[in-house]
Amino acid sequence: MIQSNNLLTINNLTTEVEGSLVLKELYLSVAPGQLHLLLGANGAGKSSLGMTVMGAPNYVVTKGEISFCGQNILTLSPDKRARMGLFLAFQFPYAIPGVSVSTFLREAYRALHGDKLLLKDYQTLQNQALDSVGLDLSFASRSLNDGFSGGERKRLEIAQFVLLRPKLAILDEIDSGLDLDAINKIADLINLTRKLNSEMSIILITHSTKFIDLLNVDQVHLMRDGSIIERGGASLIKKIERSGYE
Amino acid sequence: MSAVEPRLLKKLSDQVMNNTIDRDNLSYAFKAQNGLNRERVQQLWSMKKEPEWMLDLRLKSLEHFERMPMPEWGADLSELDAQNLCYYARPTDKVHTSWDKVPEAIKQRFERLGIPQAERRYLAGVGAQFESELIYKNLHKKWVDQGVIFSDISNAMHEYPELVKKYFGTVIRASDNKFSALNGAVWSGGSFVYVPHGVHIDMPLQAYFRINDEQVGQFERTLIIAEPGSFVHYVEGCSAPKYQSNSLHSAVVEVVALPGSHVRYTTIQNWSNSVYNLVTKRAIAYKNARVEWIDGNFGSKVTMKYPSVVLKESGASGHVMSIAVAGDTQWIDSGAKMIHCASNTSSSIVSKSISQSGGRSSYRGLVKILPGVQNVSASVVCDALLMDQDSRSDTYPTIDVKASENAVVHEASVSKISDAQKFYIQTRAISEQAASAMIVNGFIDPFVQHLPLEYAVEINRLIEMEMEGSVG
Repeated sequence: MIQSNNLLTINNLTTEVEGSLVLKELYLSVAPGQLHLLLGANGAGKSSLGMTVMGAPNYVVTKGEISFCGQNILTLSPDKRARMGLFLAFQFPYAIPGVSVSTFLREAYRALHGDKLLLKDYQTLQNQALDSVGLDLSFASRSLNDGFSGGERKRLEIAQFVLLRPKLAILDEIDSGLDLDAINKIADLINLTRKLNSEMSIILITHSTKFIDLLNVDQVHLMRDGSIIERGGASLIKKIERSGYE
Repeated sequence: MSAVEPRLLKKLSDQVMNNTIDRDNLSYAFKAQNGLNRERVQQLWSMKKEPEWMLDLRLKSLEHFERMPMPEWGADLSELDAQNLCYYARPTDKVHTSWDKVPEAIKQRFERLGIPQAERRYLAGVGAQFESELIYKNLHKKWVDQGVIFSDISNAMHEYPELVKKYFGTVIRASDNKFSALNGAVWSGGSFVYVPHGVHIDMPLQAYFRINDEQVGQFERTLIIAEPGSFVHYVEGCSAPKYQSNSLHSAVVEVVALPGSHVRYTTIQNWSNSVYNLVTKRAIAYKNARVEWIDGNFGSKVTMKYPSVVLKESGASGHVMSIAVAGDTQWIDSGAKMIHCASNTSSSIVSKSISQSGGRSSYRGLVKILPGVQNVSASVVCDALLMDQDSRSDTYPTIDVKASENAVVHEASVSKISDAQKFYIQTRAISEQAASAMIVNGFIDPFVQHLPLEYAVEINRLIEMEMEGSVG
């Protein structure tokens, strides 16, 4: 059953990685403009959901469907999904030696938004994105994530989120490795980005209640063993904080 | 990048893409019969009106070639039929110094590669060789006036007989290996570069070699003499169209770097995959001289090439930076040799290889420190990138140290282009093919940074073309 007013609809999704089950009969719907929070213990399947939605090659869907913007995306390659407006901020972003941050960002921006911008206008956008996450502009000429600290990698993921303006962003533990100041800043940035792009949806994966408190959460999903076992509004957060992920 | 005309790159890419169709028949001023024997060598010698000593050298080389067995190590040469090749084909009777005078049919081929345009823009001088002979040579007046010589060796042998005789065959003897012997017997064309004392040629000199016909051997001979305190950057590019049967490129390059000189030799070869590329390159570096080989190997059926530097006197340094890309049915066996004959010498080898679609690349290298030699620093870094399961990479490093008090460092790494890296790039809307090309370009970036700008751009383009069709 695909509801047309949802941006993302996941039905009965079952996924395996190298033969072991990571997602099991999972259902999730995200409407435009909403922020959904995924909670759960490590290994509950939160990151696997992000990887499966994005089309990671080793995540094999054995059952169910994923539709985005009303279209079945299971047969599409990750870049095609990205072109439709999906974005994943990685929990562990990869390093690509020799490829500069600026080359990478420019190619990504061009693939998503075309060549319309003058180089200098694009440059301004890129600088703003780096600046907004507290990365020095000198990072633009460094190799992508190569030799970056954990925190710097996370900041660069958020800078990409800001620059690329996806329709749906899955933000996987982007707060881990950041200090409180940085968490405040990133939360402000997410709130501002949502305000400027009212149709943008976010699926947020985090363990930090401090981070959650700074955001306006529409729906909360508690995951265990690859399924969503409980869901509700923002009030569910307090309950889970008290009773834990079980 | 704005300095490079897109049109020029387009030409290059068309050329590479069209390797299969660019082979209409040309008429030659002279083309020898296939096969090799004393008579053919003598005929070649008399036709080229060379001095007596060269005939001796050619015949002696032929004897070495016939006596020596095919190398049994390295790449597979079993399909190379030395008796079924044409050893000499002369496209025109004259070396031209004006591009307009080059025969039209040949000119078209080089113009597609942007050779004359590049000369106007970036280069101090250009030579172009088609099959066996140089068909075009030009050096800017500024350098002529300072005594720089840029010519083919045949011509140099007549104009500067003493200079050529003094150095020819001294860095690489005919008996060095089977293919240097072959080159000694039938060599033709190539470059002679002489840089006088203290002259710094601040723009590259470029030579371009092309095999156009089927079953032709190209045996150019290059000799570079850098007088004390001079500097020269010599760049050579190579290509050939694709044929069913094989061609052979077997060059010999000798570099004499006299005290305090600096020679940089850059090769970008993009042979089609019917070419056997078996090349011997060696430099002798005297006191405080610096020699750099920058070697880019794309294409060919088989490449065996190990640029070497003999560090003859104190303070000399040798550097090799090489990159090999081996695709389907290709075997690139390359590396470097550094022979430390004197104390206080240094060397570095950086070798990068990429194997894809079942291609095979090997690093084969030697660092040798002779007895009693001290205070040497030598480093070898080999990085191999495997694009898929079917491809192969091997490393055969030899470090032969006959003395103590020296620092030798060897590092080797093999990385697979990981699905995870590719996935990460793809999640940013970049296609799988572009993601692969991006990773590969990143991998070779340290190499590309050593290239003149127009080559750097070409390399990136070549890599992208090599990647096309290589991903599912």
